[in-house]
Amino acid sequence: MRFIDEYRDARAAQQYARALKRITTHPWTIMEVCGGQTHAIVKFGVDELLPSEVTLVHGPGCPVCVTPVELIEKAIEIASRPNVIFCSFGDMLRVPGLSKDLLSVKAAGGDVRIVYSPLDALKLAVDHPEREVVFFAVGFETTAPANAMAVFQASRSSVRNFSLLVSHVLVPPAMEAILSFPDTRVQGFLAAGHVCAIMGFTEYEPIAQKYRVPIVVTGFEPLDILQGIYMCIRQLEEGRAEVENQYSRSVRREGNLPAQKLIREVFRVVPRKWRGVGEIPQSGLGLQERYAAYDAEARFGIAHYTAEEPAECMSGLILQGIRKPLECPAFGVRCTPEHPLGATMVSSEGACAAYYQYRRRKN
Amino acid sequence: MESKSGPAFVCPIPIEQYPTVLLAHGGGGKLTNQLIEKMFLPAFGNPMLGARHDGATFSLPSGKLAFTTDSYVVRPLFFPGGDIGSLAVNGTVNDLAMCGARPFYLSAGFILEEGLPMDMLWRVIQSMAQAASQAGVQLVTGDTKVVDRGKGDGIFINTAGIGVVECGLAISPAAVRGGDSILLSGDIGRHGIAIMAVREGLEFESTIKSDCAALSGIVMDMLAAGIEAHCLRDLTRGGLAGALVEIAEGARLHFEIDEVAIPVMEEVRGACEILGFDPLYVANEGRFISFVPAREAERALQRMRAHPLGEQARIIGTVAEGNPGLVTMRSSIGATRIVDTLSGEQLPRIC
Repeated sequence: MRFIDEYRDARAAQQYARALKRITTHPWTIMEVCGGQTHAIVKFGVDELLPSEVTLVHGPGCPVCVTPVELIEKAIEIASRPNVIFCSFGDMLRVPGLSKDLLSVKAAGGDVRIVYSPLDALKLAVDHPEREVVFFAVGFETTAPANAMAVFQASRSSVRNFSLLVSHVLVPPAMEAILSFPDTRVQGFLAAGHVCAIMGFTEYEPIAQKYRVPIVVTGFEPLDILQGIYMCIRQLEEGRAEVENQYSRSVRREGNLPAQKLIREVFRVVPRKWRGVGEIPQSGLGLQERYAAYDAEARFGIAHYTAEEPAECMSGLILQGIRKPLECPAFGVRCTPEHPLGATMVSSEGACAAYYQYRRRKN
Repeated sequence: MESKSGPAFVCPIPIEQYPTVLLAHGGGGKLTNQLIEKMFLPAFGNPMLGARHDGATFSLPSGKLAFTTDSYVVRPLFFPGGDIGSLAVNGTVNDLAMCGARPFYLSAGFILEEGLPMDMLWRVIQSMAQAASQAGVQLVTGDTKVVDRGKGDGIFINTAGIGVVECGLAISPAAVRGGDSILLSGDIGRHGIAIMAVREGLEFESTIKSDCAALSGIVMDMLAAGIEAHCLRDLTRGGLAGALVEIAEGARLHFEIDEVAIPVMEEVRGACEILGFDPLYVANEGRFISFVPAREAERALQRMRAHPLGEQARIIGTVAEGNPGLVTMRSSIGATRIVDTLSGEQLPRIC
């Protein structure tokens, strides 16, 4: 298949692995930011091809994982109401709140639906004017333009029975938070290619300079990741700390300007809680004042809801790159995808879930 | 590749005065009789069903018997490449074939929802008759119930089947041995993606058709050629991964498979990439894996490829000793990973 097979070629992968070995002289720790990259690394075994000096740690870029438990509780509360059609991307449905998940709400009679685009949810609202249609707007900068478009179109065509439960998060503040932790091990980043396809990468340049870390905008196929690691290690070995773009087939420095304009039209930057990490200032998106009528939290009177994370899980340390999943005593024993203790086990892109699926019995 | 399906029967619907199924059609009275006489008997026509007795009586060739049952609740009822009727026949036929049995007789239990359009039922019945005829089985006994509107989902079908194991093999996970080759009969993931595309309104450039087919023919061909099959398993809901893990656990052996050897149609791969699915876990209804001694692998492969349903058959891996219950896969870039069952169904990812 074009644009897939050439990036999964075994011979090219081995060539990159040998090239990496040649240039690596020191131990280095690199974080891949995005859950999609984590998943590909573990699924294809990219890390098995790396020299022993190179350690990959897995970042906080899984939107499902970092959605705070109180937002899940709010979703469950709204979805349980009789006149609501609650729409979500598929992988949010299994994420446990404090006592249940959205799939259990569906089983108990709630109208919970998987959609593939927020515009599908908007269409449901148009088709069912007597119902309240709520879309669970989760994700990083990648999904923000489509979610913004749904609100923008709803407003333009005066659809009143549509709202968003917003839990958008932003990558650069999370990277800064990780670099600011006293115990951080991260010496270089693979930035999330699809986030940068929207936002470009100028906002990473000050981070690279301030913290002296190389940042390589990287794609999601095995060869993308190997090349991204190669570029990152080469910078580390040469003592450089710059932003480089491995994913040039999709990403331009300035990003997608119309998409950015739409995001700014509908959303504003707000502080946001991250599951397993806590509140990070200016790390999320909320609706602009002029679109406040589309805010599900206000519409359903649940903005005041708070809930605290169960304490036992070390997912915060994993999301910050301080620990790896197999170092957790609960991993695979008290914590499994069926009964997750926390953030990183809940989504298929979470680091713990990826290790559980692909690595569990090897170690 | 697929079995020949489609509207070979073009008979008009025989019950004209009732455009929809009524509760009375399951009540055991006149309307039930009319349903049987005008629809089931003509479609499935055979003397055993025609006897209108409480059950079917028949003789079977000597050999060990295989007996299986399965229920079908697929939504939508009609999908590219098949429908609930062909699925209900082929699914049960395939379960018998995987026991190494030649399928002979099927029962069919229908649970119909009040208000179901009669022409829909007629299409399903015709499709079942056609699938049964292609698989060489007869529907010899059945039952119909009608539930209140809203208490069902159009049609639910249960089929049970009886077959005879003509070969002397004890085909089961326990018979798998270290060193066996693992063969896959064709490309994977078509049924799951075909259903998903219709159910969720996803449109691709070309229509992906379900692989729904009866596997008894290809299996009987292999066994008739004297292939010493240790285990056979059709790939259903859990996909290729589900079947491999189940057998590895049953056999207490370690399976090693090779990702690049597993055929996946380009359109199915594309759909999986978009949705964030792994084709290993996507459902199939007309593919199976077989475990045969390595010395017989080539011959088995040729036998499979000689059948229209096995043209793309491949050797996808081998059975190793140690690590009981483990399935590992060599990835396309040459690294190794575990293949395990999922905790639930695959859900489309956010990004």
